[in-house]
Amino acid sequence: MTADRRRAHRTPEGSRTHMSRTPDESRTGQARTPDGSRPGKALASDGSRTCPAPAVQNSRSRSRPARAAVPLLLRWSVLLAAVVGWEAAARAHGSVYFPPPLRIARHAHGLWFSGPLGHLFLTRAAVDTILPSLGRMAAGFVLAAVAGIALGIAVGRSRRAYALCNPVLQFARAVPPPALVPVFVVVLDFGTPMQVASIAFSALWPVLVNSAEGARATDPLRLEVAAVLRLTGPERLWFLVLPSALPRIFAGLRLSLSLSLILMVFSELLPGTADGIGFTLTDAQTRSDLLTVWSALMLLGVLGFLLNTGLLAVERRLIGPGRSS
Amino acid sequence: MLRLDSVRQRYGDHPVLDGISLTVPDGQLLCVVGPSGCGKSTLLRTIAGLLPAHEGTITVDGTPVTGVPERLAVVFQEYGRSLLPWLTVRDNVALPLRRRGLRRAARHAEAEAILERVGLSGVARRHPRQLSGGMQQRVAIARALVCRPSLLLMDEPFGSLDARTREDLEDLLLEVHRADGTTIVFVTHDIDESVYVGDRVVVLSHGPGSRVVRDLAVDLPGERDQIGTRGLPGFVALRTEVGRAVRHGE
Ligand SMILES: Nc1ncnc2c1ncn2[C@@H]1O[C@H](COP(=O)(O)OP(=O)(O)OP(=O)(O)O)[C@@H](O)[C@H]1O
Ligand SMILES: [Mg+2]
Repeated sequence: MTADRRRAHRTPEGSRTHMSRTPDESRTGQARTPDGSRPGKALASDGSRTCPAPAVQNSRSRSRPARAAVPLLLRWSVLLAAVVGWEAAARAHGSVYFPPPLRIARHAHGLWFSGPLGHLFLTRAAVDTILPSLGRMAAGFVLAAVAGIALGIAVGRSRRAYALCNPVLQFARAVPPPALVPVFVVVLDFGTPMQVASIAFSALWPVLVNSAEGARATDPLRLEVAAVLRLTGPERLWFLVLPSALPRIFAGLRLSLSLSLILMVFSELLPGTADGIGFTLTDAQTRSDLLTVWSALMLLGVLGFLLNTGLLAVERRLIGPGRSS
Repeated sequence: MLRLDSVRQRYGDHPVLDGISLTVPDGQLLCVVGPSGCGKSTLLRTIAGLLPAHEGTITVDGTPVTGVPERLAVVFQEYGRSLLPWLTVRDNVALPLRRRGLRRAARHAEAEAILERVGLSGVARRHPRQLSGGMQQRVAIARALVCRPSLLLMDEPFGSLDARTREDLEDLLLEVHRADGTTIVFVTHDIDESVYVGDRVVVLSHGPGSRVVRDLAVDLPGERDQIGTRGLPGFVALRTEVGRAVRHGE
């Protein structure tokens, strides 16, 4: 089901006809959201949608490797075909602007991944380029995640706080994040603090809004159960509100993660940066070193993919057997 | 002792309970029957302190109910939803024990003991969704019993179970009641069940604004069994009377 789930994440809602409906889905007539987590539907643009009571997350197929293997192969075969097609087209055309992917890969390998074993094959250039980028991105993303989950749960638990904060949240979310970077440049000047702040501030809103929605959608019957069991405030948060909101929180985290990557590159494109993948990109561009530009692009794609896969793995661990079977 | 004195309840402009007065002595198993939508769940929520009474007073052992009373347990009508799917069966059952300040191992031991008592050994580490409806209901009952409540409220606990499971759970309930002497308010819409299980049956009238239309003592032998008791002339007479009261609201 991992493949199924991830494919669902990349597939627009309309073209899901090939996805099998689990028994639970057919009974409730409720479809999976594009990210595959039904109760945790991410708010893409319109925050006014009310969330249905947290339904069972029934994904029995997830645990069946045999059924997952076919879409997995299919997915990779399409990617492979695309790369082969690209290679053939680029070779046939022979344009200097569009080098074939194998040459790009070989260039990237020489540039970053031909280092000594002791450095995990990373070259000096890789350590100087990739690590600062990832460090800033991690700092920004973690700040955003921690603050977003905490604030989101707080806002979502109180009806009044939600009513008061909702317009602000909708407004803040509507501002295209890169547009805010100049503000941070003015306030913090060029450098790592500005970059981390840009990433954190942009990545904050999706987690915050989705955590608030998730906390707000806690099943009222379960809140009554908590009252009858006389759970303390923290117990109620830990055993009830947080687990209820978890699918939504992760839906928000996935959006925040991709925003973090975008903002990481964007903030490194600005003058005043001296390292990072974004810097490599602009630097190579000024030197008309197109192979390095393409290498950086490929690297970003791979990084984005790996980070998202990691987040999905964490999600699968946390949203455990209780909901997935 | 549970006492309700002219309790009225409403949702906005919609009256639900119109002056309910009841006294439930310690150790009694009171069945509340009534047509669907007459306010049985609302009555239990009000007794549990989850909904403040609009008018009238409720006392448990002389103390007015303002919040959830001490040593109260509830088995909700929607038992599947009332369990926490992300916790194992054992953790669900052990949840109410946290406030008793027990160590983790002691909590687990108590939870497993009570699970065994309701006939659920060997599923402690599973998750509720991996169990059948009847098993989930047993988990909900185990969670209610684990703190040894002195007042137990049950809202149509066997409503959606098959006949056999239902009979087993009715007998389990009777056994627990006999052994622990817990005061139980048992809501059902099943007339046979109310007479079979109860020491006393109270019939509520059709809403809106329902009240007690019949209050019957069940004087059947204390030892009940599914085949014999249901054949007794006294049983048949009582279920006829309860049935008439439910149907005609008289
Ligand atoms: N939260 C609510 N808000 C408004 N009205 C409600 C609410 N809950 C219940 N009602 C109404 O109050 C009345 C009594 O509801 P209640 O759930 O107590 O009935 P019930 O006797 O338990 O029914 P059933 O046997 O179907 O469970 C119904 O008419 C219902 O529509
Ligand atoms: Mg009810």
